[in-house]
Amino acid sequence: MTARMDKKFADLASEGRPALVTYIMGGDPDFETSLAIMKALPSAGSDIIELGMPFSDPMADGPAIQMAGQRALKAGQTLGKTLELARRFRQDDPDTPIVLMGYYNPIYIYGVDRFLKDAVDVGLDGLIVVDLPPEMDDELCLPALEAGISFIRLATPTTDDRRLPKVLENTSGFVYYVSMNGITGSALPDPSLVGAAVRRIKSHTSLPVCVGFGVKTEEHARAIGAAADGVVVGTAIVNQIASSLTAEGHATEATVPGVAALVRGLSAGTKAARLAAAE
Amino acid sequence: MNETPKLNSFRSGPDEDGRFGIFGGRFVAETLMPLILDLQAEWDNAKTDPTFKAEMDTLGKHYIGRPSPLYFAERLTEHLGGAKIYFKREELNHTGSHKINNCIGQILLAKRMGKTRIIAETGAGQHGVATATVCARFGLPCVVYMGATDVARQSPNVFRMKLLGAEVKPVTAGNGTLKDAMNEAMRDWVTNVDSTYYLIGTAAGMHPYPEMVRDFQSVIGIEARAQMLEAEGRLPDLVIAAVGGGSNAIGIFHPFLDDESVKIVGVEAGGKGLEGDEHCASITAGAPGVLHGNRTYLLQDGDGQIKEGHSISAGLDYPGIGPEHAWLANVGRVEYVPIKDDEALEAFQLLTRLEGIIPALEPSHALAEIIKRAPKMGKDEIILMNLSGRGDKDIFTVGKILGMGQAGE
Repeated sequence: MTARMDKKFADLASEGRPALVTYIMGGDPDFETSLAIMKALPSAGSDIIELGMPFSDPMADGPAIQMAGQRALKAGQTLGKTLELARRFRQDDPDTPIVLMGYYNPIYIYGVDRFLKDAVDVGLDGLIVVDLPPEMDDELCLPALEAGISFIRLATPTTDDRRLPKVLENTSGFVYYVSMNGITGSALPDPSLVGAAVRRIKSHTSLPVCVGFGVKTEEHARAIGAAADGVVVGTAIVNQIASSLTAEGHATEATVPGVAALVRGLSAGTKAARLAAAE
Repeated sequence: MNETPKLNSFRSGPDEDGRFGIFGGRFVAETLMPLILDLQAEWDNAKTDPTFKAEMDTLGKHYIGRPSPLYFAERLTEHLGGAKIYFKREELNHTGSHKINNCIGQILLAKRMGKTRIIAETGAGQHGVATATVCARFGLPCVVYMGATDVARQSPNVFRMKLLGAEVKPVTAGNGTLKDAMNEAMRDWVTNVDSTYYLIGTAAGMHPYPEMVRDFQSVIGIEARAQMLEAEGRLPDLVIAAVGGGSNAIGIFHPFLDDESVKIVGVEAGGKGLEGDEHCASITAGAPGVLHGNRTYLLQDGDGQIKEGHSISAGLDYPGIGPEHAWLANVGRVEYVPIKDDEALEAFQLLTRLEGIIPALEPSHALAEIIKRAPKMGKDEIILMNLSGRGDKDIFTVGKILGMGQAGE
């Protein structure tokens, strides 16, 4: 776990509010706009940034994030350029944790050792790799932990008490609770069920538990934020970006301000939430 | 499969983590892991259960029509003037291809696991038809994901699936072929994991599928080996099959892997040639990577993005290959070669005219390789080919390319 991630959750705990974790696809709709969006996130209220690594075959993602990845790839995004996004962001912002999220193959092809070296150099804090369950920890999780990068694991409703210890074993940074079985962009689940699931996970770990899948509005952020240590918003932001683009998929003047306005609203939601329910 | 791998055997994989050398594995989302482990346990249990074997044997004999014949292709042999050519006639199976062997096995497993809904992906539609068939037979609802391009070029099979009561969902992402159908099936699975069984059609994907599908398809090679010994009193010199994901090929190869005298060749789809991107020769022209739950050879760019590939044959139009084939290529036990679209088309026509058998475009690739090799082999040598499917589904595609026009013109 990096000092940056540690400090972030410690600060949030002392403020008594959940983290707002915002997801954008690296390079969507193009490199420069993506960098501008990323830079606008912290001042709009984002506490942690999840930066998507585009992949041609995103098997766990719904249509919104699939299309964001396609836009990024079409604009020439590569894993190298996603690392460069993080590096450029980090030059101005030493504090906001960045977590790369995506699928294993681009990292495997880039080379695990080279990737981790570059990830440390650019100031990354964590990784979420959807298709690497604990059974595959030798591939990337253990080398990442060795390099000082958190490996953030997804827990899902199918992760029962029998399996939870295995999922948590090498997890660090935070636990990402995917609040429903399914792909990204699905409907919001019942917050009371989410609260029970978060309490179940927290009985097995001292790590913060952030909840994602289905959070789209300020009201969702408040409701889920009351039950968790953090709220992850992805599809709503990606949809906001998509709705601001020209018919050809190019950025407009509304692209960056539109995301900032959405994130300010979500942030108001998490700030109104209290951790009481999860403690 | 938890025993220590035997030295000097090519048949002992995978290990308990589902690896064939560096290939295979379980690269899946956490949502699916508990189910994958349940499936593993059920499979381990079923394969030593005499009731399961008895059910498989009964359905194999009376529903599929096993054993399929071993046929000596006399006129083709004469025409090529070299080695004797035998076909394992999997195209005579119920539903017209080898795919049914695996579907029967997996639907019995799904029933044992208490699953109430079946999903599948399909390329040529042969696996979709076989899945829809067993779902009708066992009374389970069935959803088949099929690339939109394939829906158009394999319309007879789409019609058959619908008649059998399956819902066919066209997938427009990407090029609308098998890879895209598989992505969409996995999205469905991860959403409906409690009720749904994913009936994968090829010997690829996450462990235990490659092993399980291979074992269900190995009936092809086990029968063929015994039939060949009966017909010729010896083993063939060359065993050959087309490889897309690789289920028909591993089915006929596996029982011969430890027979040193038997040369084994897998034929990949060379499409329009390996110089560009319009082919599906994953082993010949790809590199190891991770997709759809396993590490294997993939067609991909330098950034690890998967390419679309191309083949005239929808069933071979996939940018990857089963992990056991990747390993067999790596250790040098099986040779993999590409055959181009036009070569496969010629072979298709030759077999139709000489033997009165209309083959599917997939095994036509293997046949094209035989046309190259048989004349160079001695008359006392023997080739065994898996004739994995019949060509009824392809007649419109082929007719169009050959400019034959509409029937009756």
